[in-house]
Order: sequence, then structure tokens, then C-alpha cells
Amino acid sequence: MSTTPDSPNGSGRTGPLPAGTQAPEFQLSTTPDQRVSLSDFRGRPAILFFYPADWSPVCGDQTALYNELLPEFRRFHAALLGVSVDGVWCHLAYAEHRKLHYPLLSDFEPKGQVARTYGVYRLPDGTSERALFVISSEGVIHWSYLSPIGVNPGADGILNALEELAARREPQLKEKK
Amino acid sequence: MTHGKLTLPVSGRDHTLGPANAPATLLEYGDYECPHCGAAYPVVEALRERLGDILHFAYRHFPLSQIHPHALLAAEAAEAAGAQGEFWEMHDALFTHQDALDGAHLKLYAAAIGLDTGAFQRDLETQAHAGRVQEDFMTGVRSGVNGTPTFFINGLRYDGSRDFVSMYAVIAEVAEASRRAAVR
Repeated sequence: MSTTPDSPNGSGRTGPLPAGTQAPEFQLSTTPDQRVSLSDFRGRPAILFFYPADWSPVCGDQTALYNELLPEFRRFHAALLGVSVDGVWCHLAYAEHRKLHYPLLSDFEPKGQVARTYGVYRLPDGTSERALFVISSEGVIHWSYLSPIGVNPGADGILNALEELAARREPQLKEKK
Repeated sequence: MTHGKLTLPVSGRDHTLGPANAPATLLEYGDYECPHCGAAYPVVEALRERLGDILHFAYRHFPLSQIHPHALLAAEAAEAAGAQGEFWEMHDALFTHQDALDGAHLKLYAAAIGLDTGAFQRDLETQAHAGRVQEDFMTGVRSGVNGTPTFFINGLRYDGSRDFVSMYAVIAEVAEASRRAAVR
């Protein structure tokens, strides 16, 4: 991991890393005995979504919506990763209750470090912002979006970004043939 | 990006109530098992009654089937009834019986409405209308639908409060603006 972009006052409010930035590598726990790295998904697009907390009503809609859209994301071979500062046991209970079929990562210790690195830590709340990143198969941020904290950003922006990435790859694949 | 603009306008493909040339069109993306949609149902009914010919109402399916295990089948049941010309009767039955949406109950509603229950049952078993439900769902996703219910008023997502007074005020204003634009 390279330097952590952080504002001088330590608030971390630098805004989400913009398109064209190399996505900072991280390794986070998804279960008590399982860790996930961003580089595990190199070679396919990754959807990284930060949300403030498990169990809060708006997040509920958002995590449920993405759960419904897994087949759609799969068409783009995209990996879906949710990140919040909640601990792994909380994530496990939440994912089981909501029947979520994708990993929730725990940005728990040091708290919010990955959110800070991506410019989406929220003080004084001590949670991440509600932010979306679509990362290319080469590990570059293709699209990022910061949503108002109380508004579920939906999925249209994610799907548009995945389509752009797919369109960019197609000509290359044709050339290889 | 996410401005909540409807990508597929309300048209002849949709289930609608009220005149197509009404100055205001209210579109709902809903889930028959969703309690918030259940709470919005009488509000929509009251809006339709109060606004009369001013309002064109359309309903599209947005079943969140992972959290609402009966939502998808219920949506297909509404479509199966629609295939027999009784979409809205089933729509009403589903929203007034949100806690009883299993296959056996759906069949009871079909019989009560007077549907050909054999054809109804066949449609459900062969998932004859699953494609239509999925199409509704995806048009919602591409339009920025982020949960249920989501309303669009004349093609723009309505993010305000879902009570009668708030919705009535916005719809009446939109209707008035669209009338004035038509006169010009």
C-alpha cells in the first residue's frame, strides 16, 4: 500500500479517489478466519462499495438490491465486495439474516483504514461514507461515486461503468484472435 | 450520474389506470411482499380517487426475492391474471393480503377473481411471465430504482415522503405545469 491520502486535519475528507487512479491494495477479513485482498480479483472487474453500517435501513435496501443483481454483475465477470467498519461477527449475522451471497469486508482494525485510503472515511461519525468504486481488471479505478449518506445510490452507475469496461475490452479481444 | 430519470417511459407495454393523456403520470416500482409498498398502496388508491382524470397510474414489478421469498411468484401471478385481462384485480388482492402470498393462496385469489385457474396455474408453473417481470426489474435498475417502492412522477424519481399530502402536492404541481406547457 502506498501513502494514505488524508487531509491535514485528519478528517479523511479528501473525496473518493477519482477515475484513473490505481486502486490501493488492501487485505481485510470477511469471516473470522478468512481474509480477502483486492489483488485476488485482478483479471476481472471489481465493484467495491463502502456503506456506513450493517443493519441501518438504507444500507439494507442497498445490500439487498446488489444481492438481487448478482446474476447481472456475473455477466460482466465482476466481483462484488461490500465494506464497512463493522466487525466480522456483525457481518456474518447480517449477511445470514439478509441472505447475502457476496462477501462483506470488515474495515475494523485499524478502524476505517481502507475507507481513509479511498478518501471516503466520515468524521465525526466514525464510519465510511456511502461510496461506490468500479475497478478495472487491471486494478485501476474506472468510476467512483460519493452518494449522500442517506440515499441509496442504486446500481445504474455501476452497470454503466461495467458496460464501458466491457466495451473497452472487446476490441482488444478481437485483435487477439 | 444517478439522477433518477426513467429510461423506459410508460407506454402501451405497461399496466395502467386512468387516461394515457393525463397531465400527470405516476409510475410505481413495487414488490407485493414489501411492507413499505403495502403502506403505499392505500395512498396510491386515494391519489387515484382524488385526482381522477388528472392521473395516469402505472405499476411495474421490482421483486426483491432474496428478502421476500414470495415476491417473485406474486409478481408472476399478477402478470398471469393480466394475461386474462384481470391484472388490477389480482394487484389489489395481493396488496391486501401481503401475509398470504404462497401458491395455495394465489390460487384462491385467482378463483375469487373468476380467472381460469387451470391456465393461471400453468402460467405459474412454466414461469410464463418471468421474463416480463425481469424486464420490469431491469428497467427499474437502469432508472435508478434503489428499493421499493420507488415512484416516478412524469419520468422523474420522486424522493419525497410517501404520504398522501406530500405526493398529492407534487403531482398537482406537476400536472399544473404540464397543462400550462400544453396551452403555450
